[in-house]
Amino acid sequence: MANIFHIAVCASVVPDPLQTLEPVTGPTGPGLKNEMMLPAVLDPWAASALYEAANLAAAHAGSKVYLVTLGPKAKVQQVMMTVAQKVPFELVAVDGPLGGFTDAHSTATALADAIAAIPGLDRERLLLFGGWESASRGAGATLQIVGERLGVTDQFQGVDQITVNEDGSFEVLERVEGGKHQVSVCAGTPAVLGWATGNLPEPRNNPQVGMANMRGVMPALQKAKNVKLNANGLSYVSVSLPKQQRVTRVVRDVPEDEIAREIVQWIAE
Amino acid sequence: MNEVSAELQQEIERQQMDVDIACVGFGPAMGGFLTTLTREMSAHPEDPALSSKAAPGLPLQVLCYERSDDIAAGVSGVVTGGKAIRASFPEIASAGIPMMGPVTQEKIVYLLDPIGASRRSAVLRAGDAVLRNLLRVEHNAFELPYTPGFLEKHGGMVMSIGQFNQWVGTELMGSGLAQVWPGTPVSTALFDGSEVKGVRLADQGVDRKGNPDAGFMAGMDVHAELTVVGDGPVGAVGRSIDRKFGMPNGHAQHEWAVGMKMVVELPEDTPLEAGTVWHTFGYPEPEIFGFMYVHPDRLASVGIFVPSWLGNPGRTSYRYLQHFMQHPYLWRYLNGGTMRSWGAKSLAESGANGEPFLVGDGYARIGEGSGSTNMLTGSGVDEAWATGVQLAEGVVELLRAGKPFTRENLEATYVRRRRESSVERGAQAAKEARNGFHQGFVRGLIGMGLAGMTKGKLSVAANVRPAYKQIDRLKKFYSRLEPGQLEKAKQEAASGGRTLHDALMDACGWPEVAYDGKLLVTQQDALLMGGKVQAAPGFADHVIFRDHALCAACEERTCIAMCSGQAITRGDGTMPAFDREKCIHCGACLWNCTQSADGEHSNIEFRAGAGGLHSAEN
Repeated sequence: MANIFHIAVCASVVPDPLQTLEPVTGPTGPGLKNEMMLPAVLDPWAASALYEAANLAAAHAGSKVYLVTLGPKAKVQQVMMTVAQKVPFELVAVDGPLGGFTDAHSTATALADAIAAIPGLDRERLLLFGGWESASRGAGATLQIVGERLGVTDQFQGVDQITVNEDGSFEVLERVEGGKHQVSVCAGTPAVLGWATGNLPEPRNNPQVGMANMRGVMPALQKAKNVKLNANGLSYVSVSLPKQQRVTRVVRDVPEDEIAREIVQWIAE
Repeated sequence: MNEVSAELQQEIERQQMDVDIACVGFGPAMGGFLTTLTREMSAHPEDPALSSKAAPGLPLQVLCYERSDDIAAGVSGVVTGGKAIRASFPEIASAGIPMMGPVTQEKIVYLLDPIGASRRSAVLRAGDAVLRNLLRVEHNAFELPYTPGFLEKHGGMVMSIGQFNQWVGTELMGSGLAQVWPGTPVSTALFDGSEVKGVRLADQGVDRKGNPDAGFMAGMDVHAELTVVGDGPVGAVGRSIDRKFGMPNGHAQHEWAVGMKMVVELPEDTPLEAGTVWHTFGYPEPEIFGFMYVHPDRLASVGIFVPSWLGNPGRTSYRYLQHFMQHPYLWRYLNGGTMRSWGAKSLAESGANGEPFLVGDGYARIGEGSGSTNMLTGSGVDEAWATGVQLAEGVVELLRAGKPFTRENLEATYVRRRRESSVERGAQAAKEARNGFHQGFVRGLIGMGLAGMTKGKLSVAANVRPAYKQIDRLKKFYSRLEPGQLEKAKQEAASGGRTLHDALMDACGWPEVAYDGKLLVTQQDALLMGGKVQAAPGFADHVIFRDHALCAACEERTCIAMCSGQAITRGDGTMPAFDREKCIHCGACLWNCTQSADGEHSNIEFRAGAGGLHSAEN
């Protein structure tokens, strides 16, 4: 029997991490300054998961990829302009607040409900993909909880590679300490795979893929269900960004090794 | 040879796609076009005239390709009268677009030179002395007692084009009737004899020279009955059409400027009111105009325009901008502020004199690249939007009449509307308004004043030379330096110690900039802090040095001085080096080159490329 996968990729929409981000505390809790003005991208970890999902689906005829995202419709739409050119998928949009300062349980509930409601989704063939760690300020537990709510107990985190066997089982490479991988074999779907960076490059923009995706993107956005996420008593004591320090020097004719040594020394300081 | 051979290009097998209308470049003009067109489609969903021929049974298939990686990236803060924009969006003031607000006060300010490094004529120096000693002006600046009517923007609005574009794009995509694809550069129009048949997207998965490399994906040919070109003054498609069909008799794009600006978060105790608009002239060089627009939420756009007629071969927008911001008139408000974003772009300043063929069989041009910017009023966004609206109205008229998109039909609809509009009246009034600047700053001001007050009936005549000829030779321009100073600066640059333009500015008396890490930062830090350059892998270099012998013999290297992102630098050999990952796509290199092989075009070619500066709060 052919291996057919129904892959749901959970992906948050986040401010482009290349922008200058500044935490602020507003009346509704922590946020980023001018967040609605900042350009948005797909959480880079989840983007890796999406490309891996598309690659897997392409290798197994009949498989489907669903991109499940929670965020303001306008921002999701903006992100789709770029992402939809990359790989084929069907968008499942949930209209909700921007950012990741939200309770992981209520976020996971909204995502799990959206996945469970996907017409035609075969939960026995489900692979739940997402980013292992998130650039969206989430607690890092959301994907795991989504899986649990969907009753998927085989879970892998920090995944860099899966190899599907003919019998439907698959080998998973999970990152472990020391720069090594833990190798596991999972008997088959359903399973949760929280991806690290994977091994695939960002696909080229393909106009035909974009045209095909866009036929489904706009209707998905139009029917996106609005959800309000409960704080569940969650409060943030403090929010801060990693300390950044910028020192720029223009040098010429300095050997690469010397530059590397200086950078290492600077980081160590 | 730094390009893929024509034979190879012909051999490459390409995917093809048919659409009804292919659009290039998403700016205000395209926003106006797509907004107007999709509204008509939305209002009349059953109208067979607005259904697709390329995909029968579906609405018109309208696609827009944009090279930057986001439709909000890499553009500028502006003040605009906003007449055409408000005609499209009467309720725009309450739309909640960030950084948008009404103009509350305007000033025209003449800035004196507080340092003594500015290159001023004897007439200007005498005028400055009068202002200082007799009128005792404060903060080294003279506020004009009134704003001439032709410059007035009262009743208009300050806004961020980045935020405005983002909002327009969201509205458009929400309609589901047009698709906008960022991150997709278009390399050329597709020609069939005298007809434009669509566009060719840029090849992906190529090396720096454009040769197929890992993951090669040939750029798709997108065929369309109508190609709408709104890719701005340095866009590859507009320029490919200019190359193919030439320019109308007597027209040429000879006048340019780089607009470079920062969005600054003003200090918390700033007394400046949102909607404050200042236009400045006189400093850092007399020819450099400047501005400060105060947006809501304590944000301000501060910047300068460095024009092609500033003959200085060592002109450098970035350092001039830093000196401009530190002028006492501005610094009293900017000191303590923080840069939030930074950016630059080329402006086509020839206006009607640089207007290309607006239409042809299968294509129409809108926006800045079509010569719509009014350099007398200093206004381009609203005019660009208006041209887009006019084209959309013309297109709908032709579709309903069942007429093809021929030159004659587009002339009778789009061009007719444009000629009958305020865009054209403004363009004609502005046509010769800035000529005087080619004969000196004071003559320029007189000419501009004359043209402004007589609606273009009077102006100063001038022979406007190609941009590359407007740049003086080093020895001529820096003849005021002490003997040996020029050579010393050149030696410093040759040894790699510093750039030639910085050394020359030092030699002219410009003080070193004391970096504060917030607003006054190095040019490289501005790239990192003020936005992020996006350069997706797998695209070819888009800046090409045509004749290497000319570059090798070039002494001025103005391309290096005026490169907004320091993407062009002194190379290891005789050629300048280009680093695509630093290029913000301002296009300044195209016209900041003193060399020409054909007597018209410079020695630098600016092709289609992906990415550019990604700066959100522009």
